[in-house]
Amino acid sequence: MTSERPDPDALLRKVQDEETRAQRAKLKVFFGASPGVGKTYAMLSEARERKAMGVDVVIGVVETHGRSETAALVEGFESVPPRELPYRGIFMQEFDLEAAKRRKPHLILMDELAHTNVQGSRHEKRWQDVLDLLDAGIDVYTTINVQHMESLRDVVAQITGIIVRESVPDTVLERADEFELVDLPPEDLLQRLREGKVYVPDQARHALDRFFRKGNLLALRELALRQTAQNVDAQMRRYMASEGIQKTWGAGDRLLVCVGPHQLSVRLVRATRRLAATLGGSWVALYVETARHLRYAPEDQARIEAHLRLAEQLGAETAVIEGGTAIGPDILRFAREHNITKIVVGKPARPRLRELLRGSLVDELIRNSGDIDVFVITGDEGQEAARPALEPRAREPWTAWLWAVFMVTAASTVGLLLFRRTELADLVMLYVLGIALVAARHGRRPSLLASFLSVAAFDFLFIPPYHTFAVGDFRHIGTFAILMFTGWLIGTLTERIRQQARLARVREQRTGALLRLSKELAASAGSMELVESAIHSVAAQFHTEAVILLPDANRRLAAPRKAPAFAFTDQEQGVAQWVFEHGEPGGRGTATLPGSRATYLPLRASGGIVGVMGVLPEGEAQWTEPDQRTLLEAFASQTALAVERLHLAARHEDARRRMDEEQLRNTLLSSVSHDLRTPLGAITGAASTLLEQGEAIPEATQRELFRSIQDEAQRMHRLVTNLLDITRLESGAVVVRKAWTPLEEVVGLALNRTEQSLAGRPVKVELPPDLPLVPLDEVLLSQVLVNLLENAGKHTPPGTPVEVRAWSTGAAVTLVVADGGPGLVEGEEERIFDKLVRGSRHGGEPGAGLGLAICRAIVEAHGGRIQAANRSQGGAQFLVTLPLDGAPPELPTESEEGVE
Amino acid sequence: MTAGPLVLLIEDEAQMRRFLRAALESHGFRFLEAVTAQEGTALATSHNPDVILLDLGLPDLDGLELARRLREWSTTPIIVISARGQEEDKVGALDAGADDYLTKPFGTGELLARIRVALRHSALAAEGRESPVFETSHWRLDQARREVTVRGEVVHLTPLEYKLLATLVRHAGRVLTHHQLLREVWGHGSAQPHYLRVYMAQLRHKLEEDPARPQCFLTEPGVGYRLRWP
Repeated sequence: MTSERPDPDALLRKVQDEETRAQRAKLKVFFGASPGVGKTYAMLSEARERKAMGVDVVIGVVETHGRSETAALVEGFESVPPRELPYRGIFMQEFDLEAAKRRKPHLILMDELAHTNVQGSRHEKRWQDVLDLLDAGIDVYTTINVQHMESLRDVVAQITGIIVRESVPDTVLERADEFELVDLPPEDLLQRLREGKVYVPDQARHALDRFFRKGNLLALRELALRQTAQNVDAQMRRYMASEGIQKTWGAGDRLLVCVGPHQLSVRLVRATRRLAATLGGSWVALYVETARHLRYAPEDQARIEAHLRLAEQLGAETAVIEGGTAIGPDILRFAREHNITKIVVGKPARPRLRELLRGSLVDELIRNSGDIDVFVITGDEGQEAARPALEPRAREPWTAWLWAVFMVTAASTVGLLLFRRTELADLVMLYVLGIALVAARHGRRPSLLASFLSVAAFDFLFIPPYHTFAVGDFRHIGTFAILMFTGWLIGTLTERIRQQARLARVREQRTGALLRLSKELAASAGSMELVESAIHSVAAQFHTEAVILLPDANRRLAAPRKAPAFAFTDQEQGVAQWVFEHGEPGGRGTATLPGSRATYLPLRASGGIVGVMGVLPEGEAQWTEPDQRTLLEAFASQTALAVERLHLAARHEDARRRMDEEQLRNTLLSSVSHDLRTPLGAITGAASTLLEQGEAIPEATQRELFRSIQDEAQRMHRLVTNLLDITRLESGAVVVRKAWTPLEEVVGLALNRTEQSLAGRPVKVELPPDLPLVPLDEVLLSQVLVNLLENAGKHTPPGTPVEVRAWSTGAAVTLVVADGGPGLVEGEEERIFDKLVRGSRHGGEPGAGLGLAICRAIVEAHGGRIQAANRSQGGAQFLVTLPLDGAPPELPTESEEGVE
Repeated sequence: MTAGPLVLLIEDEAQMRRFLRAALESHGFRFLEAVTAQEGTALATSHNPDVILLDLGLPDLDGLELARRLREWSTTPIIVISARGQEEDKVGALDAGADDYLTKPFGTGELLARIRVALRHSALAAEGRESPVFETSHWRLDQARREVTVRGEVVHLTPLEYKLLATLVRHAGRVLTHHQLLREVWGHGSAQPHYLRVYMAQLRHKLEEDPARPQCFLTEPGVGYRLRWP
């Protein structure tokens, strides 16, 4: 899940950030060094002023802690009524986010940004509520103490010795448009404390006594001032950037922090975040996955994941790469590829000896880093006692130990047979062979046992004095040592190979699953099919239930088409919608709405969020394991890309079609305007002649003029009808209303309507009496026949015979209109069905070339085919083939008592 | 012919009114015209016309609705004239109580024929009984004797064929929708639309000279059937 972005993107993001900043709601933070400095008071005072200026101010949450001066300030404000939530049997009051959003004031006051919401609220933390409010376009005033800033937690803990549980990511505070430090000198604060003006709950009094020491307060105040200065600085830089002022700070710093399962990683991440903020650079958190990864206990794997998530929360990009035994070169390669300028690593807590044997990562990084700076961060001694994370996960079966004993026994037996016939060194080799076999089959620890037993057996059997463990010649001690060491070495090496093979297998499975998914996705044609195959793949891979929700045109997620097995309630839908709108994971196992049944991941593609994937964790551990989680995210992003690909393809196709249509429309317009003007000209001419000199014109000529007016009007009528027909057909406004109909009925209709245009051409109709009923729309299909017959009338000399025939093949019925005219021009058989195309032999007869296009549209709407061909005996024929699709229900037989 | 039949035209287009007035008055009809539905209703009440020609696109009320309201109290034949040529519109108008339907543009001859059919039907209804004999140049139905002959030869019809023929004859010259015919001939049962088409084909084969070019049993595509008035 390497999600690296090049720098230009970050730049662009900054620009967009500025743009949205201008329009979006404002966040103002009242920042204090410790409780009791008067943040709430300052916030309320300022809100009063704003209210006096006519701003619509509402209180979301304000903790007065029973202080009268603060309570006095609250009066006169409207406040959002809190929501009652049942929590462990009692009802807790909590801020009602939905009500606040419905009320939609201009400005809302939200005290205590770091507050943790009661379970059952939409978000786990109040700062998430605040972000939601800002997104809804509501200005927010809020308060926070320095110790609640995520990146300063460690520092505060170091100063005061108190570990703060509730914290707010720095990114939230960076979003603040205004940052006001509420400052009170420590002496005054202590004075207030003594006077009881600072609220201290009884149960915390002891801890707080430790907290409110002058030294602490001074340090905290300094920290707060520094943080404020930093924020002001950041604001200034934002301003300078937005005003195009040349930047004066070191640009393009990119930091890399390496994390692992060790506790120290948390400190590393926070330190890097601070460093990155000070340098104004971006940063990446990296985990190198080696063969050792599989040996980590599940909780350690979870910790690695947590460290990466923490970094993500603090604004880092995260990456996981695969590495060999020594991870130094892998880290450096990654750093070079990603233009890293500074690497942050932890100071190793390993014994010196091991470092000497294996080399130290820090040394290697420093030696080979070239122009990349390396920062080494130390950990506290207290935290240093990290858990031994390297316990192998699986224990060897007892047969493995038996194997070790057996191999040594076997080696000893062979050795006894060869004893005195060969050198002692050859016997040693026998034991080495045995150890190697055990190592190959069962790994390191049984091979260690085999080594030990080998040494013992060798000594006992072959070293004088025989059959005792005493050693006569001290030179043999060296042999023992070598045997022991060789055994250990072989065991360790084979173990590592085995682990690498296992890791490779796991990776292969993962890649295989992804490959299968991407193949399936690539093969799916429509979004429905795609969604189904993605759901199927996710369900199969994670043994769970999955849903995929895609948005409609109004960016509302549609309910899943096929209801998943778990109850997909409106509430679940709400969570999914939230995930879709905010682009962050939500639901079970996340910080937002953890009470829902499934976990929802946004489907993020390059162009934004294209949908939401919901997964029901079946066995909780199934995919909350970091490995699986990573794989699931990979699945989600694959699916997202596939969905986006489909969208893009559809859009492309749409654009192409639009262009085609545009061009066609232009041609059509010019053709139609010509065809409409011609009859209009004739009508206008004839009418004006009659009007102006009616009396002077002989009666026969008058009649002729009248007739031409009527003919031309009818011609226009036909053209307009055709135009309307083709427009309706192509826009899909025409519904084909199929009914089982005798073909004779349609033929009769068409013949009656074309009597005039056929003008006495003899029509031969041949319809077999056993012709089945055909499912067709008589209105549309008779139009096809009319057009074909009129065509025959247009393109053949007067008196040419016309034929209408039909036959059935059982699966389809074919209707033929044939004429004995000049026939079609070779090669035009297909083209004549296109719009605006007139056959080359087209006479002067007007018409926008729509007739056959209409025929084709209608026949194809029936699921049939229309073809044109020349007849062997001369003339053209048009074949309309319509599918039968079964047979109509039988007619009930009638009693035969007829009517005479 | 001072007292020719009175035609009421409800139409908002001046050109159409001018054309229809000229065409009808020259054929001896008396002519009333209204521009709005309200005006039309008032004239229909006060003058009790013999035929109402109704345009569907009126400024104050949809023509279909007006037809429905007129039908509530009046049996005067209503012929809808409209530029809406869709089959649904035609069926809608007929179901709303209109007696016939003409799509613009239409010729004078066609309009006069429809008016005559409408007048004849209301005259027959006024007499209170229908002629038992219906005769065309090719065939003849004698309802009193329940006998159908083609060129003098007796033709055998099944009971349903006969019922269908009788229904068509009763409404000769008018359009009957598929729905109306199915209801009248097959009743409210489970009759399928294609029954009607099959029986119509059988009637044509028995009574038409060339069933592929029907002269009497005319198809109104998408709407229903019409028996041509001889």
